[in-house]
Amino acid sequence: MATIITTTDMFAYEFMTNAFAAAGIVAVVSGLVGYFLVMRGQTFAGHALSHIGFAGATGAGLIGLAPLWGLLAFTLAAGIVMGTLSERISNRDVAIGVVLALALGFGLLFLHYTTSFATQATALLFGNVLAVDHTMIATLAVLGAITLGALATIMRPLIFASLQPELAEAKGVSLRFVSTAFLAIVALAVAACAQIVGVLLVFTLMVGPPAAAQRITTGLWSGLLVSAALALADAWLGLTIAFYTDWPVSFCIAVLSALGYFATLAAQRTRDAHAEA
Amino acid sequence: MSAVTLDRATLRIGDRAVLSDVSFNIEFGEFIGVLGPNGAGKTTLMRAILGLLLPNSGSIKVFGRTPERGNPAIGYLPQLRTVLPDLRVRGRDFIASSFNGERWGLPVFGRHDRRMIEETLDAVGARDLAARPLSDMSGGERQRLLLAQALIGAPQLLLLDEPLISLDARHQEVAIAVVRKICRERKITVLFSAHELNQLLGTLDRVLYLGSGRAVLGTVEEVVTAPVLSRLYGTDIQVLRADGHIFVMSRGRDVERTDHLHDHNHGHENGHNHHHH
Repeated sequence: MATIITTTDMFAYEFMTNAFAAAGIVAVVSGLVGYFLVMRGQTFAGHALSHIGFAGATGAGLIGLAPLWGLLAFTLAAGIVMGTLSERISNRDVAIGVVLALALGFGLLFLHYTTSFATQATALLFGNVLAVDHTMIATLAVLGAITLGALATIMRPLIFASLQPELAEAKGVSLRFVSTAFLAIVALAVAACAQIVGVLLVFTLMVGPPAAAQRITTGLWSGLLVSAALALADAWLGLTIAFYTDWPVSFCIAVLSALGYFATLAAQRTRDAHAEA
Repeated sequence: MSAVTLDRATLRIGDRAVLSDVSFNIEFGEFIGVLGPNGAGKTTLMRAILGLLLPNSGSIKVFGRTPERGNPAIGYLPQLRTVLPDLRVRGRDFIASSFNGERWGLPVFGRHDRRMIEETLDAVGARDLAARPLSDMSGGERQRLLLAQALIGAPQLLLLDEPLISLDARHQEVAIAVVRKICRERKITVLFSAHELNQLLGTLDRVLYLGSGRAVLGTVEEVVTAPVLSRLYGTDIQVLRADGHIFVMSRGRDVERTDHLHDHNHGHENGHNHHHH
């Protein structure tokens, strides 16, 4: 009985139902897109996109636009540029690192001229899911649908190009197009994800769950399913814990995501040790 | 009509003419061993047959037509094989990714497609690899999977670029036997590049020897002779025949064996082979 009452309590608040809806949409999108980010070994590129988005978000605030649009514009542009410049962008860690540091610097400059410096900065860096309204949920739903639609369209050549680039090229797959289209998709997912957990913590939903999923199962479809389910569990459980403890939501999600990853890693080590013994 | 015809073809990479003014004619169903020193143009020739590289002069015809990227009649095992080191994708999904991998949409497979994938796994004796993730496989096991996928989709022409690299002696024999059997049963034309002639002696119909921008196609007796090879290597070559084996020597050094060992080391250290022809 007790659980039923407390759950009802939590959902009695509109900001909590809004948060659950928004976090749910974003978690599923992040889990699915992140699965391919991890498969392609491009997690650092994903991280960089979010930092570049920070400059966009603060810049948008400066000219009176909603941060989401600046975030979207910057991540999308950066994703397309990264994809076009190199088919193996994941090997360009130094270049990406320099650009993301520069972007954070510009983000700071734009914030400097914003009146509500501290609130804005915290919301952008660490997310502010409890302030989500109906418009934002609708926007995230559309953004999520576009992202997943695009991912579904390129999924087959994306997997081929990720697993066997040389063969895919020989079979007529344009590696550059696939790589660019994928980073554009990642850019959309990052922009959505940053609304919930902030630009600094997009890894919690985009990398933690898929990495754990790939330790749990080696199948493609089962991997995608587990990845999305884990991201959803992290997000919703994180929200619940935050509601009852008053800890920041993004912190709770970050802890759950890390726990999930390390638990599957440890489980696999134990399995391997048993297999060898 | 022949399987592959080169008519006074010149293939350049940058300023270098890898093959110049080369003409030969490969018939349907022939098993051709492609040999020659590193950089002689084995990979370049295969890329040209795939339509990835256009001849600078002369013509190349595959089944009587100008090569086109993505020709489904050609099965290909590239020499440069990038396999992400921590790829937790199972063998079956890895193989399946190359099956019509250039098409858009989701990677869904019908019953007929799935049976074809299973049959191909059986044909190369890779059934034991189907459920294991690539990150747990040895170089030789990955190689067997790659051989399987070159056979998927009932190709008429197989281009196998150094398929024996990083296989141990037993698996090398198995791989040759599998290709020979499939080639004979399905009447497939095979271009099989290798460093070692001797393993292929009982299998190949004719040998295509490349070197110094030239190419000589003929039986082993015609081609593997001191005058022909001296011309191709651009140095004094002796050919010794002993006990059913042929040794190609340059100043007392076994030409094939030293090349081969060199590649072998590379393959183990890096997980893939860096040889740009």
